[in-house]
Amino acid sequence: MTLKSLILILMSGVLVNNYVLQRFLGICPFLGVSKKFQQASGMGIAVTFVMLCATAVTWPIQTYLLERFNLGYLQTIVFILVIAALVQFVELVLKKVLPSLHRSLGVYLPLITTNCAVLGVTINNITDGYNFLESMVSSLGVGLGFLLAMVLFAGVRSKIDNTAPPKCLQGLPVTLIAASIVSLSFYGFASVVENLLK
Amino acid sequence: MIDILIPLLVLAAVGIFCAVLLTLAARFFSVEENETEAALRACLPGANCGACGFSGCDGYAKALANGEAEKTNLCIPGGDRTAGELAAILGKEAEDVVELVAYVACGGTCDASGRKYDYRGKPSCVAAASAFRGDRFCTFACLGYGDCTRVCPNGAISIEGGIARINPKKCVGCGLCSKTCPQHIIHLVKDTTRVVVKCSNKDKGAEVRRICKSGCIGCGKCERSCPSGAIFVKDNLAEIDYSKCTSCGLCAEVCPVHCLEEGSFLCGSRFLPE
Repeated sequence: MTLKSLILILMSGVLVNNYVLQRFLGICPFLGVSKKFQQASGMGIAVTFVMLCATAVTWPIQTYLLERFNLGYLQTIVFILVIAALVQFVELVLKKVLPSLHRSLGVYLPLITTNCAVLGVTINNITDGYNFLESMVSSLGVGLGFLLAMVLFAGVRSKIDNTAPPKCLQGLPVTLIAASIVSLSFYGFASVVENLLK
Repeated sequence: MIDILIPLLVLAAVGIFCAVLLTLAARFFSVEENETEAALRACLPGANCGACGFSGCDGYAKALANGEAEKTNLCIPGGDRTAGELAAILGKEAEDVVELVAYVACGGTCDASGRKYDYRGKPSCVAAASAFRGDRFCTFACLGYGDCTRVCPNGAISIEGGIARINPKKCVGCGLCSKTCPQHIIHLVKDTTRVVVKCSNKDKGAEVRRICKSGCIGCGKCERSCPSGAIFVKDNLAEIDYSKCTSCGLCAEVCPVHCLEEGSFLCGSRFLPE
């Protein structure tokens, strides 16, 4: 494990394996909270934060609890339980300790409780066989990738707001078409990262 | 048997641990809701316009309750009544609110100025402004697609003669229209103001005259007629210094293009049809 491999993991999380645009996880907040730039960036930062917390908790649970008792098949249900409790806990702590951060992230935290992107990144960290540090870097990359996708799409949507699409496409249909085009553009990164550090 | 028991126990242990953690957290990290704050919040109009400088009514109530905000007269939509109620709760003396009203700094109605192309996109000023800086000959003009009418919480703005017109009797001075307008031509002034400049064009006089009948041509007649030196021409556009203006209305009388309008915001007479 070198610095190079860590950078590789980070960049692949942001660009190549972008969870929203390439793996289609976390589509709900992607479509729901991307109307305004400020909300989109708030949601992206909150997701990044929760992904890091969730990985920090679930990786030890998987390694030291589940694998020890040969309970790998309980992974999904235990992770859901732990992440949901964790997000609630983080919200309570933030409300007391850092009210200013709670004001800016607070409304998004309950939405993330059952976000599949958070569950996805924790499970993928295990299946990819990452160690703890690699898992954290991967979560950071995926979170930043989510933030990037949200911010990009908020920009695209602000342009859509100023157009008059045909009536049958107004609202969600045109948003989904735009999302698919943004997603296509990310295929351009497919082989970038492997050659990034050559 | 043991194959079932261990997973059951592990899952139960994780669940119970999470439950205990959350219960303890709820106890030790609980935040008390401030009663004064709730009472203050109830007095505020709930428009969440942000004119007070805080993040909506909740933010202002919180700042007042915590003593971060001293003044009770910051809520412009609420006016004197709200300021009085807030002061009563906090045990302070009520201060007078400087009420504001908005006006549209454009007089380019359909009669005065035309449109340079036939805009058929989404009926929205922001969208129209993104195409060749709007469809009006004058790039400073009100586009008249009514973004401000849609954002106004009190229905004070209407589109008449192709441009926005604000009814000062209904306007509460929240400034949402001013923030929405892509042309940035809606301004807020004190409701004691009597004279406003209804033009925003900073082009040279001849150019303005060519595209709009009621645009300010920067002739300077108002500047010469003003007895208190409150009005002056800057960047080919008349501008009023309201700290000096005595609302005598002489400038409005001499203005050759009638882009200076005189009247009373409070009684609304300046907007009555001619």
